[in-house]
Amino acid sequence: MIHYVNLAIKSIFVENILLAFFLGMCSYLACSKKVETAIGLGFAVVFVLTVCTPVCWVIKNFLLMKGALGWAGFANIDLSFLIFISFIAVIAAMTQITEMVVERFSPALYSALGIFLPLIAVNCAILGAALFMDQRNYTFPESVVFGFGSGVGWALAIISMSAIRKKLGYSNIPAPLRGLGITMLLTGLISVGFMCFAGIRL
Amino acid sequence: MSETLLSKKNRKIIKDGLWDANPITFQVLGICSSLAVTTQLKTSIVMALGLTFVTAMSNVVISLMRNFIPSKIRIIVQLTVVSALVISIDQILKAYVYDVSKQLSVFVGLIITNCIVMGRLEAFAMSNPPWKSFLDGLGNGLGYSCVLIILGIIREILGSGTLLGYHVIPQTWYAAGYVNNGMMVLAPGAFFLLGCIIWIQRSISGYSEVK
Repeated sequence: MIHYVNLAIKSIFVENILLAFFLGMCSYLACSKKVETAIGLGFAVVFVLTVCTPVCWVIKNFLLMKGALGWAGFANIDLSFLIFISFIAVIAAMTQITEMVVERFSPALYSALGIFLPLIAVNCAILGAALFMDQRNYTFPESVVFGFGSGVGWALAIISMSAIRKKLGYSNIPAPLRGLGITMLLTGLISVGFMCFAGIRL
Repeated sequence: MSETLLSKKNRKIIKDGLWDANPITFQVLGICSSLAVTTQLKTSIVMALGLTFVTAMSNVVISLMRNFIPSKIRIIVQLTVVSALVISIDQILKAYVYDVSKQLSVFVGLIITNCIVMGRLEAFAMSNPPWKSFLDGLGNGLGYSCVLIILGIIREILGSGTLLGYHVIPQTWYAAGYVNNGMMVLAPGAFFLLGCIIWIQRSISGYSEVK
């Protein structure tokens, strides 16, 4: 059990998917202008990541890995070169399904998240987490925890950033630095803050 | 074709990607990989070549298919074309430069979700003929490459004192107390550096975001 808690802490703080691996920067920069938007997108990403990473694990281990097709009688087939295309298909399909399920069962949540759900398909944090899961050979429960942790880490980063940008509205920034430039510098500072966690031995 | 291959209009398409509408500093696309792979010049160059190839080729393919794609499923079609190209890049890298491919780790695969590729497909290739789309992809790829290579050079020299693996900071400096800036190879260094590059590029090109 403690192993999974450690993995969660590691993926939220120590190896934050945004601040240490730079994944999901695009939507992070584009959607951090308002706190409400950031919270909505943050939760949507947590949800999709928690669902997609384990699904990708299943696809990889029962269809794509060398010998994974053993159950169907094709023990010698190695389809691992298809990982990219099948993962992105899974992610695109999952976001679509998520969108439909949310729309059916929780119209309130749908109207809050609606516009962000399709955007998530091309958020590199999702595909990135799936590929890290593949590269680090996580087990199934580990992939659930890792997906959830990465999502929470990402949500944490975007929500704190949107709060800072709100405050920033009152500051006098040099014109060419406004917007993207100052956001990058601020992200650097947040990233320095998160690096303090790197000293934690888990 | 009514106009020549490199007419003034077509040259402008390339120039836009390189400077006026640089994908990283102006369009804010493709930031993720530009930060992650630039700790060394070598990985930056490989990544830049890979992305330029994928952007240009996928632009051509999508532009050829643009009249047959139903608009509802266009994202899936685009993703499929892009991932097919990325798979071939990945296999080539694994076959010929295995160590670089190991260093790039997941970021080769992440070209698929790189916003530059998708952004250019949506904004340009869906509504323009193949040759123009190719130039647009090339221009944007090269604009991305420039930023990547600049970042790679600065981060490798300041962070590890080397360039393409060769020591460029003389030993006498180290003897005199010079220390490599460890922050440059870590995440914050990348953020600060890119922030400054954006600042410089925007002061020169005179672009400013309206608040």
